Amino acid sequence: MGNFGKKLERFWEIFYEYDGYQRVLTGLQNTVYIAVVGLAIGIIIGTVIAIVEVLPKYKRLPRVLNGFCRFYVGLFRGTPVVVQLLVAYYVALPLLGVNLPALNVCVLVFGLNSGAYVSEIMRGGIMSVDTGQMEAARAVGLSYRVSMMKVVVPQAVKNILPTLGNEFIALIKETSVVSFVGAADLYVAFNYIGTNSYEFMVPYLAMALIYIVLVMAIAFLVRIMERSLRKSDRRN
Amino acid sequence: MIDVIDLKKSFGKLEVLKGITTTIKEGEKVAIIGPSGSGKSTFLRCLNCLEDPTSGSIIFEGVDIADMRVDINIYRRHMGMVFQQFNLFNNKTVIGNIMLAPVYLGMHDLRVKKYKNFLIRIKNAFTNKKTPLHEINTTPQRIKEEARENAMRLLKRIGLEDKADAYPSTLSGGQKQRIAIIRALAMNPKVMLFDEPTSALDPEMVGEVLDLIRQLADEGMTMVIVTHEMGFAREVATRVLFMDEGRIIEENTPKELFSNPQHPRTKGFLSKVL
Ligand SMILES: Nc1ncnc2c1ncn2[C@@H]1O[C@H](COP(=O)(O)OP(=O)(O)O)[C@@H](O)[C@H]1O
Ligand SMILES: [Mg+2]
Repeated sequence: MGNFGKKLERFWEIFYEYDGYQRVLTGLQNTVYIAVVGLAIGIIIGTVIAIVEVLPKYKRLPRVLNGFCRFYVGLFRGTPVVVQLLVAYYVALPLLGVNLPALNVCVLVFGLNSGAYVSEIMRGGIMSVDTGQMEAARAVGLSYRVSMMKVVVPQAVKNILPTLGNEFIALIKETSVVSFVGAADLYVAFNYIGTNSYEFMVPYLAMALIYIVLVMAIAFLVRIMERSLRKSDRRN
Repeated sequence: MIDVIDLKKSFGKLEVLKGITTTIKEGEKVAIIGPSGSGKSTFLRCLNCLEDPTSGSIIFEGVDIADMRVDINIYRRHMGMVFQQFNLFNNKTVIGNIMLAPVYLGMHDLRVKKYKNFLIRIKNAFTNKKTPLHEINTTPQRIKEEARENAMRLLKRIGLEDKADAYPSTLSGGQKQRIAIIRALAMNPKVMLFDEPTSALDPEMVGEVLDLIRQLADEGMTMVIVTHEMGFAREVATRVLFMDEGRIIEENTPKELFSNPQHPRTKGFLSKVL
Protein backbone atom coordinates (compact mmCIF):
# COMPACT_ATOMS: atom_id res chain seq x y z
CA MET A 1 0.00 0.00 0.00
CA GLY A 2 3.05 2.22 0.34
CA ASN A 3 3.10 2.07 -3.40
CA PHE A 4 -0.41 3.53 -3.57
CA GLY A 5 0.62 6.29 -1.19
CA LYS A 6 3.36 7.27 -3.55
CA LYS A 7 0.96 7.23 -6.46
CA LEU A 8 -1.40 9.50 -4.57
CA GLU A 9 1.45 11.85 -3.87
CA ARG A 10 2.38 12.07 -7.52
CA PHE A 11 -1.24 12.60 -8.51
CA TRP A 12 -1.59 15.33 -5.91
CA GLU A 13 1.51 17.04 -7.16
CA ILE A 14 0.22 17.37 -10.70
CA PHE A 15 -3.36 17.95 -9.60
CA TYR A 16 -2.69 20.61 -7.03
CA GLU A 17 0.73 22.12 -7.54
CA TYR A 18 0.60 22.22 -11.30
CA ASP A 19 -2.57 23.24 -13.13
CA GLY A 20 -4.21 19.78 -12.94
CA TYR A 21 -7.22 20.93 -10.93
CA GLN A 22 -7.86 23.76 -13.34
CA ARG A 23 -8.00 21.32 -16.20
CA VAL A 24 -10.29 19.04 -14.23
CA LEU A 25 -12.59 21.97 -13.53
CA THR A 26 -12.59 22.97 -17.19
CA GLY A 27 -13.22 19.35 -18.15
CA LEU A 28 -16.11 19.07 -15.69
CA GLN A 29 -17.52 22.34 -16.93
CA ASN A 30 -17.33 21.21 -20.55
CA THR A 31 -18.85 17.82 -19.76
CA VAL A 32 -21.81 19.41 -17.97
CA TYR A 33 -22.11 22.15 -20.57
CA ILE A 34 -22.31 19.69 -23.47
CA ALA A 35 -24.83 17.54 -21.64
CA VAL A 36 -27.03 20.43 -20.44
CA VAL A 37 -27.13 22.41 -23.67
CA GLY A 38 -27.28 19.15 -25.65
CA LEU A 39 -30.33 18.03 -23.69
CA ALA A 40 -31.97 21.46 -24.03
CA ILE A 41 -31.53 21.31 -27.80
CA GLY A 42 -32.65 17.68 -27.70
CA ILE A 43 -35.85 18.56 -25.85
CA ILE A 44 -36.73 21.28 -28.34
CA ILE A 45 -36.00 19.08 -31.37
CA GLY A 46 -37.59 16.06 -29.72
CA THR A 47 -40.79 17.97 -28.89
CA VAL A 48 -41.12 19.29 -32.42
CA ILE A 49 -40.59 15.80 -33.89
CA ALA A 50 -43.02 14.23 -31.43
CA ILE A 51 -45.70 16.79 -32.30
CA VAL A 52 -45.17 16.20 -36.01
CA GLU A 53 -45.54 12.48 -35.38
CA VAL A 54 -48.84 12.80 -33.53
CA LEU A 55 -50.24 15.40 -35.98
CA PRO A 56 -53.37 14.25 -37.86
CA LYS A 57 -52.17 12.97 -41.21
CA TYR A 58 -55.00 13.89 -43.59
CA LYS A 59 -53.02 16.51 -45.40
CA ARG A 60 -49.86 16.22 -47.35
CA LEU A 61 -47.58 18.52 -45.38
CA PRO A 62 -47.73 16.58 -42.09
CA ARG A 63 -47.05 13.38 -44.02
CA VAL A 64 -43.95 14.84 -45.69
CA LEU A 65 -42.71 16.29 -42.39
CA ASN A 66 -43.35 12.97 -40.72
CA GLY A 67 -41.28 11.16 -43.33
CA PHE A 68 -38.43 13.58 -42.75
CA CYS A 69 -38.65 13.06 -38.97
CA ARG A 70 -38.61 9.28 -39.33
CA PHE A 71 -35.48 9.57 -41.43
CA TYR A 72 -33.82 11.88 -38.92
CA VAL A 73 -34.62 9.63 -35.96
CA GLY A 74 -33.47 6.55 -37.85
CA LEU A 75 -30.21 8.23 -38.79
CA PHE A 76 -29.29 9.38 -35.31
CA ARG A 77 -30.43 6.26 -33.52
CA GLY A 78 -28.84 4.01 -36.09
CA THR A 79 -25.25 5.21 -35.66
CA PRO A 80 -22.96 5.50 -32.63
CA VAL A 81 -22.54 9.01 -31.32
CA VAL A 82 -18.75 8.81 -31.80
CA VAL A 83 -19.31 8.24 -35.49
CA GLN A 84 -21.71 11.19 -35.61
CA LEU A 85 -19.12 13.36 -33.90
CA LEU A 86 -16.34 12.33 -36.27
CA VAL A 87 -18.53 12.71 -39.35
CA ALA A 88 -19.78 16.10 -38.21
CA TYR A 89 -16.34 17.41 -37.32
CA TYR A 90 -14.24 15.95 -40.11
CA VAL A 91 -16.75 15.52 -42.94
CA ALA A 92 -20.01 17.44 -42.75
CA LEU A 93 -18.86 20.79 -41.41
CA PRO A 94 -15.72 21.04 -43.60
CA LEU A 95 -17.85 20.15 -46.64
CA LEU A 96 -20.24 22.94 -45.70
CA GLY A 97 -17.26 25.21 -45.23
CA VAL A 98 -18.22 25.87 -41.59
CA ASN A 99 -15.48 26.25 -39.03
CA LEU A 100 -16.69 25.70 -35.47
CA PRO A 101 -14.76 25.12 -32.24
CA ALA A 102 -14.78 21.45 -31.21
CA LEU A 103 -16.86 22.19 -28.12
CA ASN A 104 -19.67 23.75 -30.16
CA VAL A 105 -19.62 20.84 -32.58
CA CYS A 106 -20.02 18.51 -29.62
CA VAL A 107 -22.97 20.49 -28.25
CA LEU A 108 -24.58 20.44 -31.68
CA VAL A 109 -24.07 16.72 -32.27
CA PHE A 110 -25.22 15.74 -28.80
CA GLY A 111 -28.25 18.00 -29.22
CA LEU A 112 -29.17 16.45 -32.56
CA ASN A 113 -28.51 12.98 -31.19
CA SER A 114 -30.56 13.36 -28.04
CA GLY A 115 -33.31 15.01 -30.10
CA ALA A 116 -33.84 11.65 -31.77
CA TYR A 117 -34.11 9.87 -28.43
CA VAL A 118 -36.17 12.55 -26.72
CA SER A 119 -38.65 12.50 -29.61
CA GLU A 120 -39.51 8.89 -28.83
CA ILE A 121 -39.80 9.64 -25.12
CA MET A 122 -41.89 12.73 -25.80
CA ARG A 123 -44.19 10.92 -28.21
CA GLY A 124 -44.87 8.34 -25.53
CA GLY A 125 -45.53 11.18 -23.10
CA ILE A 126 -47.95 12.95 -25.43
CA MET A 127 -49.83 9.75 -26.15
CA SER A 128 -50.11 9.09 -22.43
CA VAL A 129 -52.15 12.29 -22.02
CA ASP A 130 -55.89 11.60 -22.23
CA THR A 131 -57.35 12.73 -25.58
CA GLY A 132 -60.08 14.54 -23.62
CA GLN A 133 -57.50 17.15 -22.63
CA MET A 134 -56.88 18.11 -26.24
CA GLU A 135 -60.59 18.03 -27.04
CA ALA A 136 -61.47 20.28 -24.12
CA ALA A 137 -58.80 22.77 -25.19
CA ARG A 138 -60.03 22.74 -28.79
CA ALA A 139 -63.62 23.08 -27.61
CA VAL A 140 -62.93 26.46 -25.94
CA GLY A 141 -61.48 27.76 -29.21
CA LEU A 142 -57.75 27.22 -28.78
CA SER A 143 -55.86 26.13 -31.87
CA TYR A 144 -54.17 22.75 -32.18
CA ARG A 145 -50.76 24.30 -31.62
CA VAL A 146 -51.78 26.28 -28.54
CA SER A 147 -53.67 23.31 -27.08
CA MET A 148 -50.54 21.24 -27.49
CA MET A 149 -48.24 23.81 -25.94
CA LYS A 150 -50.47 24.95 -23.06
CA VAL A 151 -52.24 21.75 -22.10
CA VAL A 152 -50.88 18.54 -23.60
CA VAL A 153 -47.11 19.01 -23.67
CA PRO A 154 -46.82 20.25 -20.05
CA GLN A 155 -48.61 17.12 -18.89
CA ALA A 156 -46.52 14.96 -21.21
CA VAL A 157 -43.31 16.48 -19.85
CA LYS A 158 -44.43 15.76 -16.33
CA ASN A 159 -45.13 12.15 -17.20
CA ILE A 160 -41.74 11.64 -18.81
CA LEU A 161 -39.61 13.60 -16.37
CA PRO A 162 -37.94 10.52 -14.83
CA THR A 163 -37.17 9.21 -18.31
CA LEU A 164 -35.77 12.60 -19.32
CA GLY A 165 -33.58 12.48 -16.21
CA ASN A 166 -32.24 9.13 -17.37
CA GLU A 167 -31.60 10.58 -20.80
CA PHE A 168 -29.60 13.37 -19.17
CA ILE A 169 -27.55 10.84 -17.21
CA ALA A 170 -26.92 8.83 -20.37
CA LEU A 171 -25.83 12.04 -22.07
CA ILE A 172 -23.39 12.90 -19.28
CA LYS A 173 -21.78 9.50 -19.68
CA GLU A 174 -21.74 9.60 -23.47
CA THR A 175 -19.89 12.91 -23.51
CA SER A 176 -16.77 10.98 -22.46
CA VAL A 177 -16.00 10.48 -26.16
CA VAL A 178 -15.72 14.15 -27.10
CA SER A 179 -11.93 14.03 -26.96
CA PHE A 180 -12.15 12.20 -30.32
CA VAL A 181 -12.62 15.61 -31.91
CA GLY A 182 -10.37 17.43 -29.47
CA ALA A 183 -12.84 18.86 -26.96
CA ALA A 184 -11.42 19.08 -23.44
CA ASP A 185 -13.58 17.02 -21.10
CA LEU A 186 -12.88 15.13 -17.88
CA TYR A 187 -11.06 12.38 -19.72
CA VAL A 188 -8.67 14.86 -21.30
CA ALA A 189 -7.98 16.48 -17.93
CA PHE A 190 -7.23 13.25 -16.09
CA ASN A 191 -5.28 11.86 -18.99
CA TYR A 192 -3.11 14.98 -18.78
CA ILE A 193 -2.49 14.34 -15.11
CA GLY A 194 -1.69 10.69 -15.80
CA THR A 195 0.72 11.49 -18.58
CA ASN A 196 2.58 14.04 -16.51
CA SER A 197 2.78 11.96 -13.34
CA TYR A 198 3.58 8.75 -15.25
CA GLU A 199 0.80 7.16 -13.25
CA PHE A 200 -2.78 6.45 -14.36
CA MET A 201 -4.35 4.50 -11.53
CA VAL A 202 -5.31 7.40 -9.28
CA PRO A 203 -6.35 9.83 -12.05
CA TYR A 204 -8.74 7.34 -13.64
CA LEU A 205 -10.09 6.34 -10.24
CA ALA A 206 -10.73 10.01 -9.51
CA MET A 207 -12.43 10.37 -12.88
CA ALA A 208 -14.71 7.44 -12.14
CA LEU A 209 -15.60 8.98 -8.78
CA ILE A 210 -16.49 12.32 -10.34
CA TYR A 211 -18.79 10.64 -12.85
CA ILE A 212 -20.49 8.64 -10.12
CA VAL A 213 -21.05 11.69 -7.92
CA LEU A 214 -22.33 13.68 -10.90
CA VAL A 215 -24.80 10.99 -11.90
CA MET A 216 -26.04 10.49 -8.35
CA ALA A 217 -26.52 14.22 -7.90
CA ILE A 218 -28.61 14.43 -11.05
CA ALA A 219 -30.68 11.42 -10.07
CA PHE A 220 -31.33 13.13 -6.73
CA LEU A 221 -32.38 16.41 -8.38
CA VAL A 222 -34.72 14.58 -10.74
CA ARG A 223 -36.41 12.88 -7.78
CA ILE A 224 -36.96 16.20 -6.04
CA MET A 225 -38.36 17.76 -9.18
CA GLU A 226 -40.67 14.83 -9.72
CA ARG A 227 -42.03 15.14 -6.22
CA SER A 228 -42.78 18.83 -6.55
CA LEU A 229 -44.43 18.30 -9.93
CA ARG A 230 -46.61 15.57 -8.53
CA LYS A 231 -48.36 18.13 -6.35
CA SER A 232 -51.04 18.57 -8.97
CA ASP A 233 -51.87 14.86 -8.66
CA ARG A 234 -52.21 14.70 -4.94
CA ARG A 235 -55.51 14.72 -3.16
CA ASN A 236 -55.37 16.88 -0.10
CA MET B 1 -79.01 29.59 -34.48
CA ILE B 2 -77.67 26.26 -35.71
CA ASP B 3 -78.97 24.75 -38.92
CA VAL B 4 -77.94 21.16 -39.48
CA ILE B 5 -78.51 20.03 -43.04
CA ASP B 6 -78.20 16.39 -44.10
CA LEU B 7 -75.27 15.77 -41.76
CA LYS B 8 -73.44 12.51 -42.36
CA LYS B 9 -70.46 11.11 -40.54
CA SER B 10 -68.51 7.92 -41.15
CA PHE B 11 -65.60 6.44 -39.26
CA GLY B 12 -63.86 4.51 -42.00
CA LYS B 13 -66.54 2.23 -43.40
CA LEU B 14 -68.86 2.62 -40.43
CA GLU B 15 -71.55 5.21 -41.14
CA VAL B 16 -72.53 6.58 -37.74
CA LEU B 17 -74.70 9.53 -38.79
CA LYS B 18 -76.91 8.82 -41.78
CA GLY B 19 -78.29 12.21 -42.69
CA ILE B 20 -79.49 14.46 -39.89
CA THR B 21 -81.43 17.62 -40.54
CA THR B 22 -82.67 19.85 -37.76
CA THR B 23 -82.61 23.43 -36.56
CA ILE B 24 -81.69 24.60 -33.10
CA LYS B 25 -83.29 27.95 -32.44
CA GLU B 26 -82.14 30.62 -30.05
CA GLY B 27 -83.30 29.91 -26.50
CA GLU B 28 -84.22 26.32 -27.22
CA LYS B 29 -83.19 23.53 -24.89
CA VAL B 30 -82.89 20.42 -27.00
CA ALA B 31 -82.48 17.05 -25.29
CA ILE B 32 -81.12 14.15 -27.32
CA ILE B 33 -82.01 10.68 -26.14
CA GLY B 34 -81.52 7.25 -27.64
CA PRO B 35 -79.83 3.92 -27.15
CA SER B 36 -76.10 3.71 -26.62
CA GLY B 37 -74.15 3.68 -29.87
CA SER B 38 -76.90 5.46 -31.81
CA GLY B 39 -74.61 8.39 -32.64
CA LYS B 40 -75.74 10.97 -30.06
CA SER B 41 -72.22 11.93 -29.00
CA THR B 42 -71.01 11.95 -32.57
CA PHE B 43 -73.84 14.28 -33.54
CA LEU B 44 -73.08 16.64 -30.67
CA ARG B 45 -69.37 16.61 -31.46
CA CYS B 46 -70.09 17.41 -35.10
CA LEU B 47 -71.94 20.56 -34.01
CA ASN B 48 -68.63 22.18 -33.00
CA CYS B 49 -66.62 20.11 -35.47
CA LEU B 50 -64.69 18.16 -32.85
CA GLU B 51 -65.56 15.50 -35.38
CA ASP B 52 -65.36 16.76 -38.94
CA PRO B 53 -68.61 15.89 -40.73
CA THR B 54 -68.16 13.60 -43.72
CA SER B 55 -70.82 15.54 -45.62
CA GLY B 56 -73.64 18.00 -45.01
CA SER B 57 -73.68 21.47 -43.52
CA ILE B 58 -73.75 23.04 -40.10
CA ILE B 59 -74.75 26.66 -40.39
CA PHE B 60 -73.82 28.64 -37.28
CA GLU B 61 -74.09 32.43 -37.28
CA GLY B 62 -74.68 32.28 -41.01
CA VAL B 63 -71.48 30.37 -41.75
CA ASP B 64 -71.15 26.73 -42.77
CA ILE B 65 -68.64 25.61 -40.18
CA ALA B 66 -68.51 22.12 -41.66
CA ASP B 67 -66.56 23.70 -44.50
CA MET B 68 -62.93 22.84 -43.86
CA ARG B 69 -61.83 26.27 -45.07
CA VAL B 70 -63.43 28.25 -42.24
CA ASP B 71 -61.37 28.97 -39.14
CA ILE B 72 -63.30 26.75 -36.74
CA ASN B 73 -61.52 28.15 -33.67
CA ILE B 74 -63.40 31.45 -33.99
CA TYR B 75 -66.79 29.73 -33.95
CA ARG B 76 -65.89 27.31 -31.19
CA ARG B 77 -65.42 30.27 -28.86
CA HIS B 78 -69.17 30.79 -29.07
CA MET B 79 -70.09 27.17 -28.43
CA GLY B 80 -69.40 25.87 -24.94
CA MET B 81 -68.96 22.14 -24.56
CA VAL B 82 -69.21 19.97 -21.47
CA PHE B 83 -67.96 16.41 -21.56
CA GLN B 84 -69.00 13.28 -19.74
CA GLN B 85 -65.47 12.92 -18.32
CA PHE B 86 -65.19 16.63 -17.29
CA ASN B 87 -61.79 17.01 -19.00
CA LEU B 88 -60.52 19.76 -16.74
CA PHE B 89 -56.93 20.63 -17.64
CA ASN B 90 -54.92 18.60 -15.13
CA ASN B 91 -51.88 20.87 -15.32
CA LYS B 92 -53.87 23.98 -14.36
CA THR B 93 -55.50 25.09 -11.15
CA VAL B 94 -59.24 25.63 -11.11
CA ILE B 95 -58.91 29.33 -11.87
CA GLY B 96 -56.20 28.53 -14.44
CA ASN B 97 -58.68 26.24 -16.17
CA ILE B 98 -61.29 28.97 -16.35
CA MET B 99 -58.89 31.74 -17.38
CA LEU B 100 -56.81 29.90 -19.98
CA ALA B 101 -58.94 30.50 -23.05
CA PRO B 102 -60.19 34.04 -22.23
CA VAL B 103 -56.66 35.23 -21.45
CA TYR B 104 -54.90 33.47 -24.28
CA LEU B 105 -57.46 34.41 -26.90
CA GLY B 106 -57.73 37.96 -25.57
CA MET B 107 -53.98 38.40 -25.83
CA HIS B 108 -53.99 36.80 -29.24
CA ASP B 109 -56.64 39.17 -30.54
CA LEU B 110 -54.74 42.11 -29.10
CA ARG B 111 -51.52 41.01 -30.81
CA VAL B 112 -53.31 40.56 -34.11
CA LYS B 113 -54.85 44.04 -33.85
CA LYS B 114 -51.51 45.64 -32.99
CA TYR B 115 -49.88 43.87 -35.89
CA LYS B 116 -52.60 45.04 -38.27
CA ASN B 117 -52.22 48.61 -37.00
CA PHE B 118 -48.50 48.35 -37.58
CA LEU B 119 -49.11 47.38 -41.20
CA ILE B 120 -51.67 50.15 -41.61
CA ARG B 121 -49.21 52.72 -40.24
CA ILE B 122 -46.60 51.62 -42.75
CA LYS B 123 -49.15 51.79 -45.53
CA ASN B 124 -50.35 55.22 -44.41
CA ALA B 125 -46.80 56.51 -44.45
CA PHE B 126 -46.51 55.73 -48.13
CA THR B 127 -49.97 56.56 -49.46
CA ASN B 128 -52.21 59.59 -49.39
CA LYS B 129 -55.33 57.65 -48.53
CA LYS B 130 -55.20 57.31 -44.74
CA THR B 131 -56.74 54.10 -43.46
CA PRO B 132 -58.06 54.43 -39.90
CA LEU B 133 -56.38 52.28 -37.25
CA HIS B 134 -58.20 49.54 -35.35
CA GLU B 135 -59.36 50.79 -32.01
CA ILE B 136 -57.46 49.22 -29.13
CA ASN B 137 -59.21 49.72 -25.81
CA THR B 138 -57.51 47.15 -23.62
CA THR B 139 -54.09 46.12 -22.34
CA PRO B 140 -52.59 42.74 -21.44
CA GLN B 141 -53.01 43.57 -17.74
CA ARG B 142 -56.65 44.51 -18.25
CA ILE B 143 -57.32 41.27 -20.12
CA LYS B 144 -55.85 39.24 -17.28
CA GLU B 145 -57.62 41.20 -14.55
CA GLU B 146 -60.97 41.01 -16.28
CA ALA B 147 -60.57 37.29 -16.90
CA ARG B 148 -59.70 36.76 -13.25
CA GLU B 149 -62.63 38.83 -12.01
CA ASN B 150 -64.97 36.99 -14.32
CA ALA B 151 -63.59 33.63 -13.22
CA MET B 152 -64.01 34.53 -9.55
CA ARG B 153 -67.55 35.74 -10.19
CA LEU B 154 -68.39 32.41 -11.85
CA LEU B 155 -66.72 30.46 -9.04
CA LYS B 156 -68.73 32.40 -6.45
CA ARG B 157 -71.86 31.61 -8.36
CA ILE B 158 -71.26 27.88 -7.85
CA GLY B 159 -69.91 28.40 -4.34
CA LEU B 160 -66.41 27.13 -5.08
CA GLU B 161 -64.40 30.33 -4.81
CA ASP B 162 -62.25 28.71 -2.09
CA LYS B 163 -61.17 26.10 -4.65
CA ALA B 164 -59.71 28.67 -7.05
CA ASP B 165 -56.12 27.58 -6.48
CA ALA B 166 -56.77 23.86 -6.09
CA TYR B 167 -55.82 21.34 -8.76
CA PRO B 168 -58.59 19.30 -10.41
CA SER B 169 -57.30 16.03 -8.94
CA THR B 170 -58.30 17.26 -5.49
CA LEU B 171 -61.96 17.82 -6.42
CA SER B 172 -65.04 15.61 -6.39
CA GLY B 173 -66.71 14.66 -9.65
CA GLY B 174 -69.59 17.07 -9.07
CA GLN B 175 -67.21 19.93 -8.38
CA LYS B 176 -65.18 19.10 -11.48
CA GLN B 177 -68.22 19.06 -13.71
CA ARG B 178 -69.57 22.34 -12.35
CA ILE B 179 -66.17 23.92 -12.93
CA ALA B 180 -66.11 22.48 -16.44
CA ILE B 181 -69.47 24.17 -17.01
CA ILE B 182 -68.33 27.59 -15.82
CA ARG B 183 -65.08 27.19 -17.77
CA ALA B 184 -67.27 27.00 -20.86
CA LEU B 185 -69.39 29.92 -19.63
CA ALA B 186 -66.28 32.09 -19.24
CA MET B 187 -66.17 32.41 -23.02
CA ASN B 188 -69.75 33.82 -23.07
CA PRO B 189 -70.99 31.11 -25.43
CA LYS B 190 -74.17 31.54 -27.45
CA VAL B 191 -74.97 27.87 -27.11
CA MET B 192 -73.91 25.11 -24.71
CA LEU B 193 -73.43 21.51 -25.75
CA PHE B 194 -73.61 18.86 -23.02
CA ASP B 195 -72.60 15.25 -23.63
CA GLU B 196 -74.07 13.15 -20.83
CA PRO B 197 -72.85 15.62 -18.20
CA THR B 198 -73.95 13.48 -15.25
CA SER B 199 -73.21 9.95 -16.50
CA ALA B 200 -69.76 9.73 -14.89
CA LEU B 201 -70.94 11.08 -11.52
CA ASP B 202 -71.69 9.31 -8.30
CA PRO B 203 -75.46 9.47 -7.76
CA GLU B 204 -75.25 11.93 -4.87
CA MET B 205 -73.53 14.49 -7.11
CA VAL B 206 -75.92 14.36 -10.03
CA GLY B 207 -78.25 16.86 -8.40
CA GLU B 208 -75.78 19.71 -8.00
CA VAL B 209 -74.77 19.50 -11.66
CA LEU B 210 -78.34 19.28 -12.94
CA ASP B 211 -79.27 22.24 -10.74
CA LEU B 212 -76.59 24.37 -12.40
CA ILE B 213 -77.69 23.33 -15.88
CA ARG B 214 -81.30 24.07 -14.92
CA GLN B 215 -80.25 27.57 -13.80
CA LEU B 216 -78.59 28.20 -17.14
CA ALA B 217 -81.69 26.99 -18.91
CA ASP B 218 -83.85 29.34 -16.85
CA GLU B 219 -81.57 32.24 -17.78
CA GLY B 220 -82.35 31.56 -21.42
CA MET B 221 -79.17 29.82 -22.54
CA THR B 222 -79.58 27.88 -25.76
CA MET B 223 -78.52 24.31 -25.09
CA VAL B 224 -78.25 20.86 -26.56
CA ILE B 225 -78.05 18.05 -24.02
CA VAL B 226 -77.38 14.40 -24.65
CA THR B 227 -78.75 12.75 -21.54
CA HIS B 228 -80.03 9.61 -19.96
CA GLU B 229 -81.81 11.59 -17.25
CA MET B 230 -85.32 11.33 -18.67
CA GLY B 231 -86.83 13.23 -15.76
CA PHE B 232 -84.48 16.12 -16.40
CA ALA B 233 -85.16 16.07 -20.14
CA ARG B 234 -88.87 16.14 -19.51
CA GLU B 235 -88.57 19.04 -17.08
CA VAL B 236 -86.04 21.29 -18.81
CA ALA B 237 -86.11 20.52 -22.52
CA THR B 238 -88.29 22.46 -24.92
CA ARG B 239 -87.80 19.73 -27.52
CA VAL B 240 -86.62 16.13 -27.37
CA LEU B 241 -84.92 14.30 -30.23
CA PHE B 242 -84.95 10.53 -30.20
CA MET B 243 -82.00 9.11 -32.14
CA ASP B 244 -81.41 5.57 -33.26
CA GLU B 245 -78.88 4.11 -35.69
CA GLY B 246 -77.62 7.48 -36.85
CA ARG B 247 -80.99 9.06 -37.57
CA ILE B 248 -83.47 11.27 -35.76
CA ILE B 249 -86.39 8.89 -35.49
CA GLU B 250 -88.78 11.22 -33.76
CA GLU B 251 -88.81 14.70 -32.26
CA ASN B 252 -91.40 16.48 -30.23
CA THR B 253 -92.06 18.44 -27.08
CA PRO B 254 -91.09 16.37 -24.05
CA LYS B 255 -94.70 16.09 -22.96
CA GLU B 256 -95.82 14.65 -26.30
CA LEU B 257 -92.76 12.48 -26.87
CA PHE B 258 -92.73 10.87 -23.46
CA SER B 259 -96.46 10.39 -23.04
CA ASN B 260 -97.40 9.71 -26.62
CA PRO B 261 -94.48 8.35 -28.66
CA GLN B 262 -95.36 7.69 -32.30
CA HIS B 263 -92.62 5.48 -33.63
CA PRO B 264 -92.32 1.84 -32.47
CA ARG B 265 -88.59 2.26 -31.77
CA THR B 266 -89.25 5.27 -29.58
CA LYS B 267 -91.88 3.27 -27.75
CA GLY B 268 -89.48 0.38 -27.32
CA PHE B 269 -86.70 2.62 -26.01
CA LEU B 270 -88.93 4.55 -23.62
CA SER B 271 -90.47 1.40 -22.25
CA LYS B 272 -86.97 0.26 -21.30
CA VAL B 273 -85.74 3.46 -19.65
CA LEU B 274 -88.85 4.91 -18.01
N1 LIG C 1 -63.56 8.04 -33.13
C1 LIG C 1 -64.28 6.97 -33.52
N2 LIG C 1 -63.74 6.05 -34.34
C2 LIG C 1 -64.48 4.98 -34.74
N3 LIG C 1 -65.74 4.74 -34.36
C3 LIG C 1 -66.33 5.61 -33.55
C4 LIG C 1 -65.63 6.78 -33.07
N4 LIG C 1 -66.46 7.47 -32.27
C5 LIG C 1 -67.62 6.78 -32.23
N5 LIG C 1 -67.55 5.67 -33.00
C6 LIG C 1 -68.63 4.71 -33.22
O1 LIG C 1 -69.77 5.42 -33.60
C7 LIG C 1 -70.94 4.84 -33.07
C8 LIG C 1 -71.74 5.90 -32.36
O2 LIG C 1 -71.03 6.34 -31.23
P1 LIG C 1 -71.54 7.51 -30.30
O3 LIG C 1 -71.82 8.70 -31.13
O4 LIG C 1 -70.55 7.66 -29.22
O5 LIG C 1 -72.90 6.92 -29.73
P2 LIG C 1 -73.71 7.37 -28.44
O6 LIG C 1 -73.14 8.62 -27.91
O7 LIG C 1 -75.11 7.50 -28.94
O8 LIG C 1 -73.61 6.23 -27.48
C9 LIG C 1 -70.48 3.71 -32.16
O9 LIG C 1 -70.66 2.51 -32.86
C10 LIG C 1 -69.04 3.99 -31.95
O10 LIG C 1 -68.31 2.79 -31.80
MG1 LIG D 1 -72.12 8.98 -26.07
